[in-house]
Amino acid sequence: METQYYKKDKLLVLKITEEIDDCSVQKIRRKADYEIERYMPKRVVFDFDSVTFMDSAGIGLIIGRYKFTNMLGGKLEVANLTGSIKKIFEMSGILRLIPITTLENISDIEETA
Amino acid sequence: MDFENEMKLEFISKSVNEAFARISIAAFASQLDPTIEELADIKTAVSEAVTNSIIHGYDNKQGIVKIVAKLKNNEIIIEISDNGKGIENVDIAKEPLYTTKPNLERSGMGFTIMESFMDSLEIESIVGLGTKVTMSKKIKPKTEENDEFELISNA
Repeated sequence: METQYYKKDKLLVLKITEEIDDCSVQKIRRKADYEIERYMPKRVVFDFDSVTFMDSAGIGLIIGRYKFTNMLGGKLEVANLTGSIKKIFEMSGILRLIPITTLENISDIEETA
Repeated sequence: MDFENEMKLEFISKSVNEAFARISIAAFASQLDPTIEELADIKTAVSEAVTNSIIHGYDNKQGIVKIVAKLKNNEIIIEISDNGKGIENVDIAKEPLYTTKPNLERSGMGFTIMESFMDSLEIESIVGLGTKVTMSKKIKPKTEENDEFELISNA
Protein backbone atom coordinates (compact mmCIF):
# COMPACT_ATOMS: atom_id res chain seq x y z
CA MET A 1 0.00 0.00 0.00
CA GLU A 2 1.22 3.46 -0.91
CA THR A 3 0.31 6.43 1.26
CA GLN A 4 0.03 10.06 0.19
CA TYR A 5 -1.13 12.84 2.47
CA TYR A 6 -2.23 16.22 1.16
CA LYS A 7 -1.92 18.49 4.16
CA LYS A 8 -3.84 21.52 2.87
CA ASP A 9 -6.93 19.46 2.15
CA LYS A 10 -6.43 17.02 5.01
CA LEU A 11 -6.74 14.31 2.41
CA LEU A 12 -5.19 10.87 2.84
CA VAL A 13 -4.93 8.69 -0.26
CA LEU A 14 -4.29 5.01 0.41
CA LYS A 15 -3.40 3.25 -2.81
CA ILE A 16 -3.69 -0.50 -2.40
CA THR A 17 -1.07 -2.27 -4.48
CA GLU A 18 -1.60 -5.89 -3.42
CA GLU A 19 -4.26 -8.49 -4.12
CA ILE A 20 -6.97 -8.25 -1.47
CA ASP A 21 -8.05 -11.49 0.17
CA ASP A 22 -8.46 -12.88 3.66
CA CYS A 23 -4.68 -13.40 3.85
CA SER A 24 -3.45 -9.99 2.75
CA VAL A 25 -6.20 -7.97 4.37
CA GLN A 26 -4.78 -8.08 7.89
CA LYS A 27 -1.60 -6.30 6.87
CA ILE A 28 -3.48 -3.70 4.80
CA ARG A 29 -5.87 -3.08 7.71
CA ARG A 30 -3.03 -2.50 10.18
CA LYS A 31 -1.19 -0.12 7.86
CA ALA A 32 -4.37 1.80 6.94
CA ASP A 33 -5.45 2.26 10.56
CA TYR A 34 -1.95 3.41 11.47
CA GLU A 35 -1.96 6.06 8.72
CA ILE A 36 -5.52 7.23 9.49
CA GLU A 37 -4.69 7.62 13.17
CA ARG A 38 -1.42 9.38 12.38
CA TYR A 39 -2.87 12.03 10.04
CA MET A 40 -6.45 12.31 11.33
CA PRO A 41 -7.60 13.26 7.80
CA LYS A 42 -10.90 14.86 6.84
CA ARG A 43 -11.04 12.66 3.75
CA VAL A 44 -9.68 9.17 3.25
CA VAL A 45 -9.65 7.83 -0.30
CA PHE A 46 -8.91 4.18 -0.99
CA ASP A 47 -7.52 3.92 -4.52
CA PHE A 48 -8.12 0.54 -6.23
CA ASP A 49 -6.31 1.42 -9.46
CA SER A 50 -3.49 -1.09 -8.86
CA VAL A 51 -5.62 -3.86 -7.35
CA THR A 52 -5.57 -6.90 -9.64
CA PHE A 53 -7.74 -9.10 -7.40
CA MET A 54 -10.26 -8.58 -4.62
CA ASP A 55 -12.74 -10.92 -2.96
CA SER A 56 -15.27 -10.20 -0.21
CA ALA A 57 -12.45 -9.60 2.29
CA GLY A 58 -12.11 -6.21 0.60
CA ILE A 59 -15.67 -5.30 1.58
CA GLY A 60 -14.97 -6.20 5.22
CA LEU A 61 -11.83 -4.07 5.03
CA ILE A 62 -13.67 -1.03 3.67
CA ILE A 63 -16.60 -1.32 6.11
CA GLY A 64 -14.10 -1.46 8.99
CA ARG A 65 -12.11 1.55 7.75
CA TYR A 66 -15.36 3.45 7.10
CA LYS A 67 -16.35 3.01 10.74
CA PHE A 68 -12.87 3.88 11.97
CA THR A 69 -12.60 7.02 9.81
CA ASN A 70 -16.08 8.17 10.84
CA MET A 71 -15.24 7.65 14.48
CA LEU A 72 -12.28 10.00 14.07
CA GLY A 73 -14.41 12.62 12.31
CA GLY A 74 -13.41 11.96 8.72
CA LYS A 75 -15.11 10.71 5.56
CA LEU A 76 -14.19 7.70 3.49
CA GLU A 77 -14.34 7.44 -0.29
CA VAL A 78 -13.22 4.91 -2.90
CA ALA A 79 -11.69 5.47 -6.33
CA ASN A 80 -10.96 3.50 -9.50
CA LEU A 81 -13.34 0.57 -9.05
CA THR A 82 -13.37 -1.57 -12.18
CA GLY A 83 -14.43 -5.02 -13.40
CA SER A 84 -15.21 -7.65 -10.79
CA ILE A 85 -14.09 -5.32 -7.98
CA LYS A 86 -16.84 -2.91 -8.95
CA LYS A 87 -19.33 -5.81 -9.20
CA ILE A 88 -18.53 -6.89 -5.63
CA PHE A 89 -18.88 -3.33 -4.32
CA GLU A 90 -22.24 -2.99 -6.06
CA MET A 91 -23.47 -6.32 -4.69
CA SER A 92 -22.47 -5.39 -1.14
CA GLY A 93 -24.66 -2.30 -1.00
CA ILE A 94 -21.95 -0.25 0.75
CA LEU A 95 -21.82 2.25 -2.11
CA ARG A 96 -24.95 3.75 -0.56
CA LEU A 97 -22.72 4.87 2.32
CA ILE A 98 -19.38 5.29 0.62
CA PRO A 99 -19.11 7.57 -2.42
CA ILE A 100 -17.00 6.80 -5.47
CA THR A 101 -14.62 9.65 -6.12
CA THR A 102 -12.12 10.56 -8.81
CA LEU A 103 -8.45 11.24 -8.18
CA GLU A 104 -7.84 13.13 -11.41
CA ASN A 105 -7.59 16.59 -9.89
CA ILE A 106 -5.78 15.53 -6.78
CA SER A 107 -2.31 15.91 -8.28
CA ASP A 108 -2.99 19.69 -8.45
CA ILE A 109 -3.34 19.84 -4.71
CA GLU A 110 -0.28 20.99 -2.83
CA GLU A 111 1.38 17.97 -1.39
CA THR A 112 3.13 17.82 1.97
CA ALA A 113 4.02 14.57 3.54
CA MET B 1 -19.14 -39.25 -17.53
CA ASP B 2 -16.46 -38.49 -20.02
CA PHE B 3 -14.62 -35.36 -19.01
CA GLU B 4 -12.16 -33.66 -21.26
CA ASN B 5 -9.76 -32.84 -18.47
CA GLU B 6 -9.48 -33.12 -14.73
CA MET B 7 -7.13 -32.00 -11.96
CA LYS B 8 -6.83 -32.37 -8.20
CA LEU B 9 -5.22 -30.13 -5.66
CA GLU B 10 -4.67 -30.58 -1.94
CA PHE B 11 -3.13 -28.12 0.46
CA ILE B 12 -3.15 -27.34 4.15
CA SER B 13 -5.56 -24.73 5.44
CA LYS B 14 -3.25 -21.73 5.55
CA SER B 15 -4.60 -18.45 4.24
CA VAL B 16 -1.48 -17.89 2.10
CA ASN B 17 -2.77 -20.81 0.01
CA GLU B 18 -5.89 -18.86 -1.05
CA ALA B 19 -3.90 -17.10 -3.76
CA PHE B 20 -2.24 -20.37 -4.78
CA ALA B 21 -5.64 -22.07 -5.13
CA ARG B 22 -7.32 -19.39 -7.23
CA ILE B 23 -4.29 -18.91 -9.48
CA SER B 24 -3.98 -22.68 -10.04
CA ILE B 25 -7.66 -23.03 -10.94
CA ALA B 26 -7.45 -19.98 -13.21
CA ALA B 27 -4.47 -21.50 -15.01
CA PHE B 28 -6.41 -24.77 -15.46
CA ALA B 29 -9.56 -22.92 -16.60
CA SER B 30 -7.63 -20.94 -19.20
CA GLN B 31 -7.69 -24.08 -21.41
CA LEU B 32 -11.29 -23.07 -22.17
CA ASP B 33 -10.11 -19.67 -23.42
CA PRO B 34 -12.17 -17.58 -21.00
CA THR B 35 -12.35 -13.80 -21.12
CA ILE B 36 -10.53 -11.80 -18.45
CA GLU B 37 -13.90 -11.19 -16.82
CA GLU B 38 -14.89 -14.87 -16.76
CA LEU B 39 -11.49 -15.73 -15.28
CA ALA B 40 -11.88 -13.04 -12.60
CA ASP B 41 -15.30 -14.49 -11.70
CA ILE B 42 -13.82 -17.99 -11.29
CA LYS B 43 -10.87 -16.72 -9.24
CA THR B 44 -13.17 -14.77 -6.93
CA ALA B 45 -15.56 -17.70 -6.40
CA VAL B 46 -12.64 -20.08 -5.65
CA SER B 47 -11.12 -17.58 -3.25
CA GLU B 48 -14.42 -17.31 -1.36
CA ALA B 49 -14.89 -21.08 -1.08
CA VAL B 50 -11.30 -21.74 0.01
CA THR B 51 -11.46 -18.90 2.55
CA ASN B 52 -14.67 -20.42 3.96
CA SER B 53 -12.98 -23.79 4.40
CA ILE B 54 -9.98 -22.25 6.15
CA ILE B 55 -11.76 -19.73 8.37
CA HIS B 56 -15.06 -21.44 9.08
CA GLY B 57 -14.52 -25.13 8.28
CA TYR B 58 -11.22 -25.47 10.11
CA ASP B 59 -11.58 -22.32 12.19
CA ASN B 60 -7.89 -21.60 11.47
CA LYS B 61 -6.84 -25.01 12.82
CA GLN B 62 -4.82 -27.15 10.46
CA GLY B 63 -6.65 -29.36 7.99
CA ILE B 64 -6.63 -30.26 4.32
CA VAL B 65 -8.56 -28.40 1.64
CA LYS B 66 -9.22 -30.39 -1.52
CA ILE B 67 -10.08 -29.07 -4.94
CA VAL B 68 -11.17 -31.14 -7.92
CA ALA B 69 -11.66 -29.25 -11.17
CA LYS B 70 -13.10 -30.73 -14.35
CA LEU B 71 -13.42 -29.36 -17.83
CA LYS B 72 -16.24 -30.66 -19.95
CA ASN B 73 -16.92 -29.13 -23.34
CA ASN B 74 -17.19 -25.44 -22.52
CA GLU B 75 -17.84 -25.84 -18.82
CA ILE B 76 -15.66 -25.86 -15.73
CA ILE B 77 -16.88 -27.74 -12.65
CA ILE B 78 -15.06 -27.04 -9.40
CA GLU B 79 -15.47 -29.00 -6.15
CA ILE B 80 -13.92 -27.52 -3.03
CA SER B 81 -14.14 -29.63 0.11
CA ASP B 82 -12.89 -29.76 3.67
CA ASN B 83 -13.22 -32.11 6.64
CA GLY B 84 -13.99 -29.25 8.98
CA LYS B 85 -16.82 -28.59 11.35
CA GLY B 86 -19.57 -28.26 8.72
CA ILE B 87 -22.45 -25.82 8.40
CA GLU B 88 -25.47 -26.26 10.66
CA ASN B 89 -27.95 -24.50 8.43
CA VAL B 90 -26.88 -24.04 4.82
CA ASP B 91 -29.92 -21.89 3.92
CA ILE B 92 -29.11 -19.36 6.63
CA ALA B 93 -25.39 -19.42 5.77
CA LYS B 94 -26.26 -18.60 2.16
CA GLU B 95 -28.23 -15.49 3.08
CA PRO B 96 -26.53 -12.31 1.91
CA LEU B 97 -24.55 -10.56 4.65
CA TYR B 98 -25.00 -13.44 7.12
CA THR B 99 -21.78 -14.10 9.00
CA THR B 100 -20.88 -16.01 12.14
CA LYS B 101 -17.83 -13.81 12.61
CA PRO B 102 -18.96 -10.15 12.34
CA ASN B 103 -16.34 -9.00 14.82
CA LEU B 104 -13.59 -10.04 12.41
CA GLU B 105 -14.83 -7.67 9.70
CA ARG B 106 -16.31 -10.44 7.58
CA SER B 107 -18.77 -9.20 5.02
CA GLY B 108 -20.99 -12.30 4.85
CA MET B 109 -20.89 -12.19 1.06
CA GLY B 110 -19.03 -15.41 0.28
CA PHE B 111 -21.90 -17.62 -0.90
CA THR B 112 -23.65 -14.68 -2.59
CA ILE B 113 -20.52 -14.03 -4.66
CA MET B 114 -20.11 -17.73 -5.54
CA GLU B 115 -23.76 -17.88 -6.57
CA SER B 116 -23.71 -14.79 -8.77
CA PHE B 117 -20.24 -15.22 -10.29
CA MET B 118 -20.79 -18.87 -11.24
CA ASP B 119 -23.68 -20.50 -13.11
CA SER B 120 -24.48 -23.03 -10.40
CA LEU B 121 -23.66 -23.57 -6.74
CA GLU B 122 -24.36 -26.62 -4.61
CA ILE B 123 -23.45 -26.96 -0.95
CA GLU B 124 -23.34 -30.27 0.87
CA SER B 125 -22.47 -30.11 4.52
CA ILE B 126 -22.57 -32.45 7.48
CA VAL B 127 -21.91 -31.05 10.93
CA GLY B 128 -18.72 -32.54 12.31
CA LEU B 129 -17.71 -34.07 8.97
CA GLY B 130 -17.17 -31.22 6.59
CA THR B 131 -18.43 -29.24 3.66
CA LYS B 132 -18.29 -29.67 -0.09
CA VAL B 133 -19.05 -26.81 -2.44
CA THR B 134 -19.61 -27.64 -6.11
CA MET B 135 -19.87 -24.87 -8.63
CA SER B 136 -19.81 -24.66 -12.38
CA LYS B 137 -19.47 -22.05 -15.06
CA LYS B 138 -19.93 -22.22 -18.81
CA ILE B 139 -17.29 -20.38 -20.79
CA LYS B 140 -18.81 -18.77 -23.85
CA PRO B 141 -17.19 -19.99 -27.04
CA LYS B 142 -15.46 -17.22 -28.93
CA THR B 143 -16.31 -16.64 -32.57
CA GLU B 144 -13.67 -15.31 -34.93
CA GLU B 145 -15.51 -12.04 -35.11
CA ASN B 146 -15.24 -11.66 -31.34
CA ASP B 147 -11.53 -12.43 -31.47
CA GLU B 148 -11.05 -9.67 -33.96
CA PHE B 149 -13.01 -7.30 -31.81
CA GLU B 150 -10.90 -8.18 -28.79
CA LEU B 151 -7.72 -7.57 -30.75
CA ILE B 152 -8.95 -4.15 -31.77
CA SER B 153 -10.11 -3.20 -28.30
CA ASN B 154 -6.82 -4.36 -26.79
CA ALA B 155 -4.75 -2.39 -29.28
